[in-house]
Amino acid sequence: MDAEVLARIQFAFTIAFHYIYPPLSIGLGLLLVVFEGMYLKTGNKLYEEITRFWIKIFALIFGIGVATGIIMEFEFGTNWATYSKYVGDIFGSALAAEGIFAFALEAGFLGILIFGWNRVGPKIHFFSAIMVFLGSLFSAIWIVVANSWQQTPAGFHIVGEGINARAEITDFRAMVFNPSSADRLIHVWIGAFLAGAFLVLSVNAWYILKKRHLDIAKPSFKIALVVATIFSLLQLVAGSRSADGVAKNQPAKLAAMEGHYDSSSKADMYVLGFVNNKEQKTTGIKIPGGLSFLVHGNFNEPIKGLNAFKEDERPKQVNAIFQVYHLMIGIGTLLIILTLYACIQWTRKKLFDQKWLLVIFAWSVLLPQAANQAGWFTAEMGRQPWVVYGLLKTSDALSKTVKANQVVFSLILFIIVYALLFVLFLYLLNKKIQHGPGDHGEREEIEEGSKRNNPVLQQQS
Amino acid sequence: MGSFLGIEYNVWWFLVFGAVITGYAILDGFDLGAGALHLFLNKEQSRRIALNAIGPVWDGNEVWLVIGGGAMFAGFPVAYAAIFSAFYIPFMIFLMGIIFRAVAIEFRSKEPMLWWRKTWDIVYCVSSVIIALSLGLMLGNVAYGLPLNAEKEFAGNNYSFFHPFTIMVAITTLALFMMHGAIYLTMKTENRLYTKLHLLANNFTVFFVLSFVITTLYTLLYIPHLCDYFKTHPVSFIIPILMILAIANIPRQIKKGKYRYAFLSSAITIALLLIMVAIEVFPYLLYSAGAPENSITVYNAAASAKTMKILLVIALIGTPLVAIYTVFVFWTFKGKVKLDETSY
Repeated sequence: MDAEVLARIQFAFTIAFHYIYPPLSIGLGLLLVVFEGMYLKTGNKLYEEITRFWIKIFALIFGIGVATGIIMEFEFGTNWATYSKYVGDIFGSALAAEGIFAFALEAGFLGILIFGWNRVGPKIHFFSAIMVFLGSLFSAIWIVVANSWQQTPAGFHIVGEGINARAEITDFRAMVFNPSSADRLIHVWIGAFLAGAFLVLSVNAWYILKKRHLDIAKPSFKIALVVATIFSLLQLVAGSRSADGVAKNQPAKLAAMEGHYDSSSKADMYVLGFVNNKEQKTTGIKIPGGLSFLVHGNFNEPIKGLNAFKEDERPKQVNAIFQVYHLMIGIGTLLIILTLYACIQWTRKKLFDQKWLLVIFAWSVLLPQAANQAGWFTAEMGRQPWVVYGLLKTSDALSKTVKANQVVFSLILFIIVYALLFVLFLYLLNKKIQHGPGDHGEREEIEEGSKRNNPVLQQQS
Repeated sequence: MGSFLGIEYNVWWFLVFGAVITGYAILDGFDLGAGALHLFLNKEQSRRIALNAIGPVWDGNEVWLVIGGGAMFAGFPVAYAAIFSAFYIPFMIFLMGIIFRAVAIEFRSKEPMLWWRKTWDIVYCVSSVIIALSLGLMLGNVAYGLPLNAEKEFAGNNYSFFHPFTIMVAITTLALFMMHGAIYLTMKTENRLYTKLHLLANNFTVFFVLSFVITTLYTLLYIPHLCDYFKTHPVSFIIPILMILAIANIPRQIKKGKYRYAFLSSAITIALLLIMVAIEVFPYLLYSAGAPENSITVYNAAASAKTMKILLVIALIGTPLVAIYTVFVFWTFKGKVKLDETSY
């Protein structure tokens, strides 16, 4: 494999792994604010238990999110030096703004959120929870702005030629509010809220199934269900707005998403299917003319197909894009059905009566995670072969001085380290969930446990 | 390029970038140092206290690294691209250190087993040492220079980074952080652990002074291009003098048991050291050893004037905010460490 393929694999691997965590932080951040807000409002200790429990889980998730996120900030420089020079003016400003406006807020107040229970009053603690949540939202703003600029560049001009060409900002506001940033930001935020809400739903569904911590699990489940239902529905609106933007700004990506080749014909919308890129044929269950209807409001209007683009200016992995896109749509639909059904059961006071429903909810944490990943793969693969749409090709964006064998070295290192991290993460997450909320004596237990097994400590005490 | 108060934007940004790196070195410096000396503490209780002394603040300290990375990417994209692709392998090792350190701090307390905790103690200590050494190695290389081609890209190999000078800078950085970390921990501890850290702080001060003197002598004798500015501008000699006074004040304050002043002195030492490095390298961001005309400077690596202006506005708004949260968090956790149910 050449350095380009390896660098792309490494980037995809490290960003996909990283992206397990930030949506959970954003989503859990929202729920922490809700839970702690309920505690402050009602004074009910139950909500304090819930908040304390989820803060511990939040700390674990946040820790790995930060560690894997720092890698991302520097990977542009290490592996994509030409890209970094080309977009530094723009992409770099967004990253700098993220660091100073968002991450600093989040990481600063996190210390108080986790360790500050006995140091600050409940109001300041709640304030810290809000700051951490806001920090994570701001973080998403700058990252999505930077990525959206790659999808729909605006507010810049190109200076220099060839290797020395660079995009320079001409209009900061136009750069930040480029044509896709607002729609995609909302889509990403909602995806993150769903990731957090479904984590809470999953854990509490499992407690209810096991008949554990029922006094805490039931109200937590209901709160998370409200959040999940609202945002599953809103995601339908946000997702379709995002798709409209793709139709307008990135027609090659849209065509790849539905495996549409022929510009002179109407475009179908598939539920399930398969694209044969060689024969340029897409087969599957479809709504004929569905895409034409979505874009133009008319089932017979032709839509620009992949053939309208030069061979080297359109994505090659059409089937993969098609599949990840449809996976995302499928999951989004499923989440709406699932949450609405659960809400109906709730109004009939039968929410916790059906075991099968709780079993589905216990596993449901995987669904928004998969949809978030699939959505990003659609966005990023659909933009290929461009790294900055219409301006800079991915193949021209590499670090020229970094050799394939160096990337092999780092890629193997990342795979081993991240696999280890993931196993440890799941192990510790599981342990925390098994232990459950409540019981402030956890620390003492650990200490006693360590004293039992620890000769040094035994002597000391 | 426009200017503000008679100083060009890119020079301003060099100053801002330098300030961020200094902030990073002072703040993350003490928690990296605390990590590097972690294994010198041998009781479980002592290790827990040491870990909780940095617990609520280390994440916030690391933010400065992220801000520094963003500041360089945005303000000097050419330097960001060249430096990180040049340091590919050392930087990957540095990043692994960052990952392992973060998870070691987070994971250690989650299981009571002795083997589990000892393993994470070792990971925490080794990764802190690796981070300190690789930061020093990179700083040394930036100051000493690397082979660059006409396209301002790295033209060396993995052995180019290792030179007696860069290795000495790496060791000096480690020693500096260990001293700084030991002093920080003495402020946060009591009783026997405090006595132990008092001794460690003394030893690391000696370690730092020795490595600093050797590195300085080597620079004076063998690396003339780093001394040019001081030769031609005798007034600037005030900075090394102030630094020597600050260093001399550290053992004095330690002896008196005034750790706050000792910590302040070591923070000032770090700042003056970096100011000295900045004076030595300016206007170079990465000196091209062998072919100085290929060097990357604040002039040829800078973003556009418009971006510089935007960045300066961002820094003007952002820095006071970050300073406010930093002070607030440190103030919340001031005083000696008390373990409770939320501690690591």
